[in-house]
Amino acid sequence: MALQSLDIKARSATTTPSPNVRIEGAGPVAKLIDISKCIGCKACQVACMEWNDLRDEVGTNVGVYDNPRDLTDQSWTVMRFSEVEVEQGRLEWLIRKDGCMHCADPGCLKACPSPGAIVQYSNGIVDFHEENCIGCGYCITGCPFNIPRISKKDNKAYKCTLCSDRVGVGLEPACVKTCPTGAIVFGSKVDMIHHAEGRITDLKERGYSNAALYDPKGVGGTHVMYVLQHGDKPELYANLPKDPNISPLVSLWKGVTKPLMSLGLGLAVFAGFFHYVTAGPKEVEEEEKTD
Amino acid sequence: MSKPIQRYTARERSNHWIVAIAFVLAGLSGLALFHPAFFFLTNLFGGGPWTRILHPFIGVVMFLFFMAMAARFWRLNHFTAADRQWMARIGDVIRNRDRGLPEIGKYNAGQKYLFWTMVVSIPLLLLSGIVVWQPWFAPYFPIWLLRIAVVVHALAAWIMILGIIVHVYAAIWVKGSVRAMTRGTVSEAWAKHHHRAWYREMTGK
Repeated sequence: MALQSLDIKARSATTTPSPNVRIEGAGPVAKLIDISKCIGCKACQVACMEWNDLRDEVGTNVGVYDNPRDLTDQSWTVMRFSEVEVEQGRLEWLIRKDGCMHCADPGCLKACPSPGAIVQYSNGIVDFHEENCIGCGYCITGCPFNIPRISKKDNKAYKCTLCSDRVGVGLEPACVKTCPTGAIVFGSKVDMIHHAEGRITDLKERGYSNAALYDPKGVGGTHVMYVLQHGDKPELYANLPKDPNISPLVSLWKGVTKPLMSLGLGLAVFAGFFHYVTAGPKEVEEEEKTD
Repeated sequence: MSKPIQRYTARERSNHWIVAIAFVLAGLSGLALFHPAFFFLTNLFGGGPWTRILHPFIGVVMFLFFMAMAARFWRLNHFTAADRQWMARIGDVIRNRDRGLPEIGKYNAGQKYLFWTMVVSIPLLLLSGIVVWQPWFAPYFPIWLLRIAVVVHALAAWIMILGIIVHVYAAIWVKGSVRAMTRGTVSEAWAKHHHRAWYREMTGK
C-alpha cells in the first residue's frame, strides 16, 4: 500500500513523473548484513513473519539447516547455509540471509507492466503494491537475484519490503531490531558503508584478506548490502551472483524495443491511410456493371 | 458474365473470423501489457488481472483455429514462378499499375508471405506463451528461459500485428475483396483482374 510519508522515485509502467514534492529527507537508507557475525539463529526470519503477519507451511527436514528451503510468498527472507572449504581442511559455515536486495536499478520495476504495482521510494526501498499487481510474473524475469514469489493464494507477487511501513515512521526493519548478534544493522547508506569499512578492516586483520563489501555496481548498488569474508568469491555464499545485472534480454524487451515497436505499429497504420489517400483504392472497372 | 464466383465456403469464412476475433482480443490484451501507453486496454477485459488471465486462453483459441485454417490453405500457398515475377513488380502493384502483371492463382505472393509469416509466428507465440503462462506453466521453467520467451513472444507478436495491419489494409485497398470473406463470393471481374489463373481454373475460360 502506498505510504503517504515516503516520496516515490520510480513507479512501474509509468511514463510521467512520480509524486516527489517533499524535500529530500535523510537520503538513501541501507541494511547491512555482516555475514561474519551471523550465527544462523533465524530470529530475523521469525521477526519478519511476526511483523508482516506471515506463516509459511511447516515443511520437512531435508538434511540441511535451510528451513524453509526457499523464499515463498510467506517467507520473505531465508537463511542459506553453505559449508565450504576455502582452504583445504578448514571448514567454514557461511550463512547468508537471503531476500530482496533493493537494487538502485530494480529489474523487477523495469519489467513490471502494471502502473504502480512496483515503486521505488526516494530512500531506495523497492516495494510491491500488491493491489496493483496483476500476477503476470514479469518481475521474476527482471530480478537478477531470483527474489519475487507469486502467491498461489491470490496470484500476487510478494517479497521483502525492507519494512517500508516501519522505516516510513522512523523505525528500523523488524529483522534488524531482533538480530541478537548485531549482524544486521540499518541506517543511511553512507553510514552503513562507513560501518562496513570498519568491519572489513577488522576482518582483514584477522586473516580474511579478501573481506569486502557487497554493493554490486551492475544494478546501481543495492540498499541491502553484505559484508563478505570472501569478497572475491560471492558465489560461495549460496550462489550470490558475482556481478549481477538486469538481463540484456529484459533490457531489450522493456528498453528500446518497447517504444520503437509501438511506434512501428502506429507508422504502419499511418502508411496504410496515406497510401489510400494518395495512390487510392484498387478498383476493377467492370465491377460496378456486374453488381 | 455477372455471376459471382465462390471464393470461400461458409466453414472457411467462420474459421477465418474465429481466428480474426481471437487475434483482435489477444492483440489488444497483449499490447496492454507491452507498453504503458496501452495499459488502458486492460479496461476492455475487466482490469489487469483479468487481462492476464484471459490473454493466454484467447491465444490458445487463436492457435487452434489458425492451425485448422493453415491446413485448409497450405497447398495453395506454395510459391510459383508467376509469384516471383509478380513480386518483382511489387512497386507497380502498390502504385495501382496492374497492366501486364503475371497471371496468378488463388493467392498472390503478398498473401503467401503473410500466410507463411503467420505459420511461423503463431506457433512461436504459443510456445513462448506457455513458458510465461502464470500461474499454470511458468513456475516449471527456469528464469533464463522465461527471459528468452518474453522477448520471442513480443517479437513474434509485433511481426504478426504488422502483418495483420498490412492484411487488413490490403482488404480495404483492393475493392471487392472484403465480400470474399463476408459473403464468400467475388465478382467475375475481380477474379479475372486479380487472380486470373484461379479465375480460369474456376470458370474454365
